[in-house]
Amino acid sequence: MKIDRRCFLSLGMGLSAGAVLTPLPWKLADDSSIWSQNWEWTPVPKDDVASYEKTACSLCPGGCGLLVRKVGNRAVKVEGMPRHPVNNGGVCTLGLSSLQLLYGPTRIKTPLKRIGNRGDGKWEKISWRAAIEAVAKKLGDHRKKGESHMVAAIMGSDRGTVPQLMARLLTAYGSPNFFRMPSAQDAYESTLYLMHGVQAMAGFDVDNTDYVLSFGSGLIEGWGAPVHMLQANSRWKATGTKVVQVEPRLSNTAAKSDEWVAIIPGTEAALALGLAHVILKENKQCDFVSNAAFGFDDWVDENGQQKKGFKQIVMASYSPEKVATITGIAAEKIVRLAKEFAGAKRPLAVAGRGSGNTPVGFQEMMAVHALNALVGSINRPGGIWTVPEPDYVKWPAPEMDQIAAKGIQQGRLDGAGSSNAPYARFLLNRLSQADTKNKYSLKALLVSGANPLYSLPDTKAVQKAFDGIPFIASFSSYFDETTQYADIILPNHVFLERLEDVPAPRGFHKPMIGLSQPVVSSKYDTRHIGDALIAIARKIGGTVSSAFPWNNYETCLRTTLADKWPMMVKNGFWWNQSYLPSNNGAGFHTPSGKFEFSETVFSTYQPVALEGDESAYPLVLVPYDHMRLSSGYVGSPPFMMKTVSDKIVKGNDGFVEINPETAKKLKLADGQSAVLTTPKGSVNVRVNVFDGIRPGLLAMSRGLGHTAYDDYLAGKGVNVHSLMGPVEDPLSGLDAAWGIRAKLTKA
Amino acid sequence: MSTMDDNENAVLEGTAGHDGDVPEDSPENGPWGPVLLFFFVGLAISLIVGWGIFPQLLYSKKEQPVDFNHKLHVEEVENGCESCHYFRADGSFSGIPKISDCIECHEDTMGESEAEHVFVTEYVHKGREVPWMVYAKQPDCVFFSHAAHVKMGEISCETCHGHIGESDHARAYEENRITGYSRDIWGERISGFKKETWERMKMDDCAGCHEEMTGRITSVQTQYDACFVCHK
Repeated sequence: MKIDRRCFLSLGMGLSAGAVLTPLPWKLADDSSIWSQNWEWTPVPKDDVASYEKTACSLCPGGCGLLVRKVGNRAVKVEGMPRHPVNNGGVCTLGLSSLQLLYGPTRIKTPLKRIGNRGDGKWEKISWRAAIEAVAKKLGDHRKKGESHMVAAIMGSDRGTVPQLMARLLTAYGSPNFFRMPSAQDAYESTLYLMHGVQAMAGFDVDNTDYVLSFGSGLIEGWGAPVHMLQANSRWKATGTKVVQVEPRLSNTAAKSDEWVAIIPGTEAALALGLAHVILKENKQCDFVSNAAFGFDDWVDENGQQKKGFKQIVMASYSPEKVATITGIAAEKIVRLAKEFAGAKRPLAVAGRGSGNTPVGFQEMMAVHALNALVGSINRPGGIWTVPEPDYVKWPAPEMDQIAAKGIQQGRLDGAGSSNAPYARFLLNRLSQADTKNKYSLKALLVSGANPLYSLPDTKAVQKAFDGIPFIASFSSYFDETTQYADIILPNHVFLERLEDVPAPRGFHKPMIGLSQPVVSSKYDTRHIGDALIAIARKIGGTVSSAFPWNNYETCLRTTLADKWPMMVKNGFWWNQSYLPSNNGAGFHTPSGKFEFSETVFSTYQPVALEGDESAYPLVLVPYDHMRLSSGYVGSPPFMMKTVSDKIVKGNDGFVEINPETAKKLKLADGQSAVLTTPKGSVNVRVNVFDGIRPGLLAMSRGLGHTAYDDYLAGKGVNVHSLMGPVEDPLSGLDAAWGIRAKLTKA
Repeated sequence: MSTMDDNENAVLEGTAGHDGDVPEDSPENGPWGPVLLFFFVGLAISLIVGWGIFPQLLYSKKEQPVDFNHKLHVEEVENGCESCHYFRADGSFSGIPKISDCIECHEDTMGESEAEHVFVTEYVHKGREVPWMVYAKQPDCVFFSHAAHVKMGEISCETCHGHIGESDHARAYEENRITGYSRDIWGERISGFKKETWERMKMDDCAGCHEEMTGRITSVQTQYDACFVCHK
């Protein structure tokens, strides 16, 4: 037998023929196609028992109720709680993507102590015991030296047990310097304080209104309780409620409104008073102003001095023709809008630009409130309501030793509540002022639920102010800008791991408290800030320690909520469903016992003077908000960043909106690079040529330009706060800078 | 190189010329014999590898952590399969029981078997879940609702799971080394043929049964129920 080449060819043929007669090729083809789909990095969720946990969201002041779907002990989806009074099953993009804040890589996993220079990002892991001791020792030392008033705390809110524990710690310790981050709420509170004589929050009965006049409020862009407002907006469309948006740029709210009034920015107060003029001229004001208001007509004070009434001021100075020249809105349109507003059954005027984090001038806020008063839309269905501050935190006043009493006597660093700013409670804008009005300097700062180094205007000046503070402790769960600049970090649980009361959803018209409950057990070596504060107080000792009689935060919360606790655990929230504010004398605690029009505020038209010289900075830059970016203390998670338009941020380039006419003058084409300069700094941007913005105006999205967080967020776009500075309102002391002068040049 | 090639060509040409008058290609003359033999050897090798060796190599065999006796349990419990593989209050299916379900009876050792000893000491007392390997585990891309099939479709457990409830011992779990799937998905027979309904659980088996039971073809492309019935 001769074995030759043909034999081997034949063997090959035999092998091949045999192979196709076996399942081998077919099975291998099938298996390899399956194999190609089963990469080991493809996440495969575990199969386990599915359940839902109730909690409350505290990522923004909206206070939505959430249902978190869990599989086993892992949270897999965040949904809105059905039938919740605020969000009725709805949820926003930030809430939806908040699982990335829980499981994402930007969390702080243990207490940390800075070892390099500030901001270098060099940290050393320390134990909780060491962290608490370090803070307590630092605070204790300052107390011994009689410097207790030189310790301050900055928080996102002043309501609820956690901010109150912080405030209590400061009081018992001997510092008056508790700060809340600024927002339009400040101006609303001051307005209600001055006009109603009450310390209350502004609530809006948006479900029962039939005409909405918005002075730049981003009704569907985060203003008030964002999801509540989005749902209200849908109902308005169904019921035919007219929405008039007064805003210099075509925001989403303006685009979805029934009428967009493109006003010259910063002249909103004049428009409101111009509308008031028409209402008064037509004699369309309601009985409310004559029956229950003080200062409406000319009056004589106790010294016999003649004072001008609101009516006389408005009639003399705010004719439609005059207002038309100020606001750029035709006189006929002003007359028509005023008639429509006064003619509606339940009209509502609202203020607070964008999401309500942009400052509002006092005069503007009070002018808008006066409009509501003229048509009687105060404390009645469909109007603006005074909602009492949450009153369930009823702890006995802490015992104060001599040091504490002396510290409190030093007065607040910012002078809020004192003679030069009697209507303001917190003036964080004064912290960074160059011509410092501050009486003393800070020695230590505690920060929680706030990111002042990112969110306060003029970030450079804020950083400089922080440089002057020798000790900064952050309770943040994330490496945000402020935390990166801290000396010690005591990481709090994130909200899905945390037990906490979430009171008073912003802009909601009824008293309400949500309950944030731990949906999952804490993933890292973090600790509830309530427990950390109690531990710090204990360590300081003396009267500071005895001001905290609770063993832990949970006991504190349970005893504070008392009989509300069982219902809150069951439902996830408590609310006073039948709340109705009083709109007669009982609701007003002003000196006259009536609703008051303040002469000082209305006597002369005082627009907020923007920083910067018009000749050097011919344009005006304003920030804007939208639902796809978080502009609050927490940075946008990656899922949110993926939803942001290429006209806002593309790659790392941030955009400014500019009118085609202005772009043409500056010889800038759509998408082109440019240098944006304001008195506060200069940055590279690209231009988004947009018909929906007034000529001469530039608009930049808030929520970008982070230096902290992950690659999805850090370095993307520009932080508009770094380009803006605070402008103090002469009437309230509050920051009123809604924009800043700017120039744009070709890169 | 070129020299070698030239030589080879010369030899080949020479051979062809020399043998030209005797037709070597005819089978009787032998040269086809080895060729055929090699063909059949090749064929045989392939058949042996394909049918015999390949299935042995393709699957790894793993013993279950506890030698579970289904037969014994079914005799002891009152409610058949659903005693342990029950539907939860929300309609979802519990699947493999958790250790907390087992502990209801097995708080302490019951009986004297080795498996029971292992189970109680290693899992019950330590509070650990038993890492059972699931014979019928479908890929992650498959959405399968037991409630829809068992409660609404009134399909018996055996239709898909066979007579596992009558087994004395836990058989070895065979895992496909390439895909990581259980052998039960393709079926015990490597040929892919099946006699009983539970013998194979590939997509076509689901689709075939769906068509048979519902009489419905909703997808023109696949001629089966539409993709989203299972791939959600």
